[in-house]
Amino acid sequence: MKISIERSALLKAVSQAQSVVERRNTIPILANVLIEAEGETVSFRATDLDIEVVDKAVAQVERAGATTVSAVTLHEIVRKLPDGALVTLTDDSATGRLTVAAGRSNFSLATLPREDFPIMANAEYTSNFSAKAAELRRLFDKSKFAISTEETRYYLNGVYMHIADSEEGRVLRCVATDGHRLARIDSEMPADAADMPGVIVPRKTVGELRKLLDDDDMQIAVSVSETKVRFATPAITLTSKVIDGTFPDYTRVIPQGNTRKLEVDAAEFAKAVDRVATVSSERSRAVKLALDEDRLILSVNAPDSGAAEEELAVAYGDERLEIGFNAKYLLEIANQVDRENAVFMFNSSGDPTLMREGDDTSAVYVVMPMRV
Amino acid sequence: MPSLCRDCLKETLPAVRCPHCRSPRVLSHPELMSLTIAHMDCDAFYASVEKRDNPELQDKPLIIGGGKRGVVSTACYIARLKGVRSAMPMFQALKKCPEAVVLPPRMSAYVEVSKQVRAMMDELTPDVEPLSLDEAFMDLGGTQKLHGAPPAVMLARLVKRMKDEIGITGSIGLSHNKFLAKVASDLDKPRGFSIIGAHDTADFLENKPVRLIWGIGPAAQESLEKAGIRTFSDLLRWDQDDLIARFGPMGFRLWHLARGQDKRRVSANTPVKSISKETTFSDDITDRAVLDGYIWRLSEQVSDVAKARDIAGRVVTLKLKRANFTALSRRISLRDATQMTDKIYRTARDLMKQVSEDSAFRLIGVGISDLIPADNADRSGDLLDPDAAKRADVERAADSIRQKFGKGAISKGRSLR
Repeated sequence: MKISIERSALLKAVSQAQSVVERRNTIPILANVLIEAEGETVSFRATDLDIEVVDKAVAQVERAGATTVSAVTLHEIVRKLPDGALVTLTDDSATGRLTVAAGRSNFSLATLPREDFPIMANAEYTSNFSAKAAELRRLFDKSKFAISTEETRYYLNGVYMHIADSEEGRVLRCVATDGHRLARIDSEMPADAADMPGVIVPRKTVGELRKLLDDDDMQIAVSVSETKVRFATPAITLTSKVIDGTFPDYTRVIPQGNTRKLEVDAAEFAKAVDRVATVSSERSRAVKLALDEDRLILSVNAPDSGAAEEELAVAYGDERLEIGFNAKYLLEIANQVDRENAVFMFNSSGDPTLMREGDDTSAVYVVMPMRV
Repeated sequence: MPSLCRDCLKETLPAVRCPHCRSPRVLSHPELMSLTIAHMDCDAFYASVEKRDNPELQDKPLIIGGGKRGVVSTACYIARLKGVRSAMPMFQALKKCPEAVVLPPRMSAYVEVSKQVRAMMDELTPDVEPLSLDEAFMDLGGTQKLHGAPPAVMLARLVKRMKDEIGITGSIGLSHNKFLAKVASDLDKPRGFSIIGAHDTADFLENKPVRLIWGIGPAAQESLEKAGIRTFSDLLRWDQDDLIARFGPMGFRLWHLARGQDKRRVSANTPVKSISKETTFSDDITDRAVLDGYIWRLSEQVSDVAKARDIAGRVVTLKLKRANFTALSRRISLRDATQMTDKIYRTARDLMKQVSEDSAFRLIGVGISDLIPADNADRSGDLLDPDAAKRADVERAADSIRQKFGKGAISKGRSLR
């Protein structure tokens, strides 16, 4: 194999690959990226056995072929090469080395045979549809903060992507929860997606997927089966196993009867929460919300380190209410609001609270209060 | 040489019997009135509490512990005469002392007595560092003016009060640092009062085995032995650098301990680090449902201790020992620390689900660690488990019923499995 490729195109392809490979793994070849050159394209394939990413780039292929080389090392080298450099990769099967040459720099890297590289089995995708990058980005960006890291409830370690019935009709919906907060984000159901089976997309896949979604108007080809999900752009294909488990019935969790409504400028609210929480050094910092006629007092009382209070002008017309939350959770959901005011719907100080953006029900959040 | 009668608490001259009350329990030591660091260790604590509460047991050998294959938690001194020791497997203990009365531990009673003892110690000094329910370090430095009596007198008064007012006995070790105070309290049990002064430290340690050091278990002993270190005299021959090179940070400590030096302060702020309970089965158990019953009961015991001490844990640990004695442990951090049986049980149960093998187990244990004050625990519910709040209410209600009508007044059906 011998190819020449522009440094920035190579860097882009290799950086996606190196983020998929596991830093600590016991199978040496999983640290490698499989480079395959044919025609006018070269593809870079990396896997951790759960996720596989294939990145295609245009290159000048002098001699077709394939080899595998350490993804991290290759990425580091390419990253340090000067911008605009033309990089030549030459595979010497006699010595088992890959030469990376650019300008006066020359590197020789150990390779492993391409035959040993595990290729993820192709799934029978039951549903194929196309979705706008901007839509998918919104679905995952707004829900991923609520993904659980608890290993015992492994079925919460991802975003549940499925088709659901909402007030607006059928929607493509993403839900994530860790038992303390929940995010439910809807988007218009893409054509042909009606039969999509619900799948739990693992946390790492959500992170990798994000890199495909930067270009607003890009159409992403989505394929779903019971066990796998695939997202593809013309250049990159990301295939992932889904979490084998049942996502809990989240609909029971979303409060329907909360009537006490608070409307507040989300950015002001988030800043105030952040400020008062400063005085507490506890790991789960509790902030108290005291609500009265159009007035909200945020306070933190940490006996060991200090106390803080801040008043905000808000729209609130119900009975007095005092309720506590984990400051971090409040901040995270307040930060999801980007256009309008944040609307909180409370019931009592012990019941889950609902938050949404204005009257928009396409993104709702639920957060569990905490005793203060 | 300063002397003190441990019964009438009067300072006397060295004598075989106290000239005031004729008691033979006269303490004499050149540094008696100047040493300030003490270790108090209750004598056969669990057994003493049981004997206090049931005088019929007074003259009988008594073992506290569980089951045919469990281990001895505490043996009273009568049972110890027969060779029964703490941590000895129960079957072996019963072989040595077949007539022994065996009782399961009643933690809540011990916690109660421990609190009373603690209150008495707190009257002596603010620097009380409890090591467990039945032992604590105390630093009485600077308290002589306040009490109008030197530490030795106050300590003798403490054990006398413990006997008179609570009905249990303890032994005192008095020295110039924690290491030696702890060693001393063990020299003359029960009802002992031993002193290791600064001047007799070297003589005392000479040729004593290194296992005297708290924390040197069989494994550490073995590695020391490989280096040819059995006694303190062996240790003294080593350079500090060589000890550190061979044993790491422990080497540094060993070098100092060999010279009877221990700079650790008695600190009231060294709280317990974990609470755990475990049980060894009479026969190995494979049945998950039976194991589940144990998980519940152990969670309950852990929760009882946590509630008695007003603390909660953020980490729940499940420990198992297979029939072939290999151990297995699983732990998980909770978002919200807990002291509730229900939460500890459910978490430990989830951990058990992660254990996919169906081995036979001989031991199971449940514990909590990363402890914090209970005020900051159990503060938020679980969205996906809306009934948890109700179960917590039930548990609190059951707790108050138990407090009023006794431990067995109410319990979950689950605990009977």
